[in-house]
Amino acid sequence: MSDLKALYQEVILDHNKNPRNFKKLEDADYSVEGYNPLCGDHYTVYLKMKGDVISEITFIGSGCAISKASASVMSTVLKGKTLTEVESLFNEFHHLVRGEIKDDVSIEKLGKLAAFGGISEFPVRVKCAILPWHTMKNAIDKKNETVSTE
Amino acid sequence: MNSVASIFDAFPVDKVRRDFPILSSNVHGKPLVYLDNAASNQKPKPVLDAIQDYYTAQHSNVHRGVHFLSGLATEKYEEARIKVRNYINAGSENEIIFVRGATEAINLAAAVFGKKNLEQGDEVLITELEHHSNIVPWQMICEEKGARLRVAPINDSGEVMLDKFESMLTSNVKIAAISHVSNALGTVNPVKQMIEMAHRKKIPVLVDGAQAMPHLRVDVRDLDADFYVFSSHKVFGPTGIGVLYGKAQLLESLPPYQGGGDMIKSVTFEKTVFNDIPYKFEAGTPHIEGAVGLGAAIDYLNSFDWRIVQDYEQALLKFAEKEISKIDGLKIIGTAKEKAGVISFVMEDIHPHDVGTILDSEGIAIRTGHHCAQPVMERFGIPATARASFAFYNTREEIHALVQSIQKVKEIFAHV
Ligand SMILES: Cc1ncc(COP(=O)(O)O)c(C=O)c1O
Repeated sequence: MSDLKALYQEVILDHNKNPRNFKKLEDADYSVEGYNPLCGDHYTVYLKMKGDVISEITFIGSGCAISKASASVMSTVLKGKTLTEVESLFNEFHHLVRGEIKDDVSIEKLGKLAAFGGISEFPVRVKCAILPWHTMKNAIDKKNETVSTE
Repeated sequence: MNSVASIFDAFPVDKVRRDFPILSSNVHGKPLVYLDNAASNQKPKPVLDAIQDYYTAQHSNVHRGVHFLSGLATEKYEEARIKVRNYINAGSENEIIFVRGATEAINLAAAVFGKKNLEQGDEVLITELEHHSNIVPWQMICEEKGARLRVAPINDSGEVMLDKFESMLTSNVKIAAISHVSNALGTVNPVKQMIEMAHRKKIPVLVDGAQAMPHLRVDVRDLDADFYVFSSHKVFGPTGIGVLYGKAQLLESLPPYQGGGDMIKSVTFEKTVFNDIPYKFEAGTPHIEGAVGLGAAIDYLNSFDWRIVQDYEQALLKFAEKEISKIDGLKIIGTAKEKAGVISFVMEDIHPHDVGTILDSEGIAIRTGHHCAQPVMERFGIPATARASFAFYNTREEIHALVQSIQKVKEIFAHV
């Protein structure tokens, strides 16, 4: 039972019910779709860049509480971050949901993202949490590609 | 008409549950409530024992040795075929082909029937209710042959629209493939009537009986099905084996599926003479202990009075529907008049996966997702449902546990 509380934390339930930045970004530089065919979770993430800083990030779509809250929290955390910072948050988030970050200090440093730590106890739900992050990452990697070919 | 109470009393469910060892286990520290029977149901002790006995004292390869054990294994394997034949009332054991499961049975039928009978411009008719395994094999052979796959629609209750089905049985249609019971919604199709409609136009029919066999007593000759397929693991037998029934004359007219041992009479490099049915369609060493286990499952099912089993299951389904539909904000998808074994539902603002995870933490196993029937989900405009599916070993207490846990899902989500 305590596990279940750890999974459906206030932050997650709140962001599921009232997702932040939940809209299409008309003048986005990048928009990428993420789809989980097994469960039907389906999101589009929109990014607007200023140099190598994410100046705006929004999303639309539908799916379970975990994936939706993950997209919402991600959008609030990544706004204003540089690509290097995004890369390291992407990695840390993965470590977190896979239960690879054990000490409280490191978890606390993750701020709002720490709410997703409970997912590590529910291995079949990890893919829900990381779907929005992979979607965002695809957008950015494409950008990098574009940059390198210019 | 018996009263509901006496229907529940007539079936000794507590005693039956003791036949299934897994049903007394705990999950996450809670007693297991197994409501994912449409995916695969659990196995009674006689099935487990039969497999153990087979490998302990009876095993060798079939149809090839002169020695004692090979003879015994062959006998056990062929005995299972006769049990299946009797159980579904086929005309002959030659009409029973052992395959890996319903999926392989449909692939086999579609491939060999299509190879022989489908041409450019022909059509194959299915329904909107089908499991992916009764869609994709037909799609593949249609593509190969330049034929067209047509789909008879369902109504808002999840029933095939029979007038549409009938009018789509044109002279272009070379075969119809329909499910007996829908795995996503529980709809029982009037297959006997649908087969009659098709036969009036001389169109043969394959029936996907994967979800019907655990709930109904099926008589393939009464239905007059040309092909009937099912999986052992959904009739309380082991995984990895299933049955393709086909009318002898039809099977004899069709080319083999795979080549290899057992399916031949004689082989030279110039010419191979194929074996008679059913062996023509059973290349290679078969799943012998699977057949033995399936035979034991059939023996077990034959130990029941099926009128009592069916009355119990129907009463349990009605009870579950009544209790579940009392939950505010819950909607049952699939409200056909005739249903068996399945309640699919969605909840306002709560995704089926979240429902599934929370129920799991209470020891309750249900399925969430599209149930390998994406066209059905699309028809109802939803990405997924939560599905509770029943077997005769389920109880009213388990339904109560399900309802209470759904309430808990709502509480957790009402928290913000
Ligand atoms: C209606 C229906 N047809 C076919 C199948 C495929 O059965 P199997 O996976 O055992 O081959 C299923 C299994 O879920 C089913 O429900």
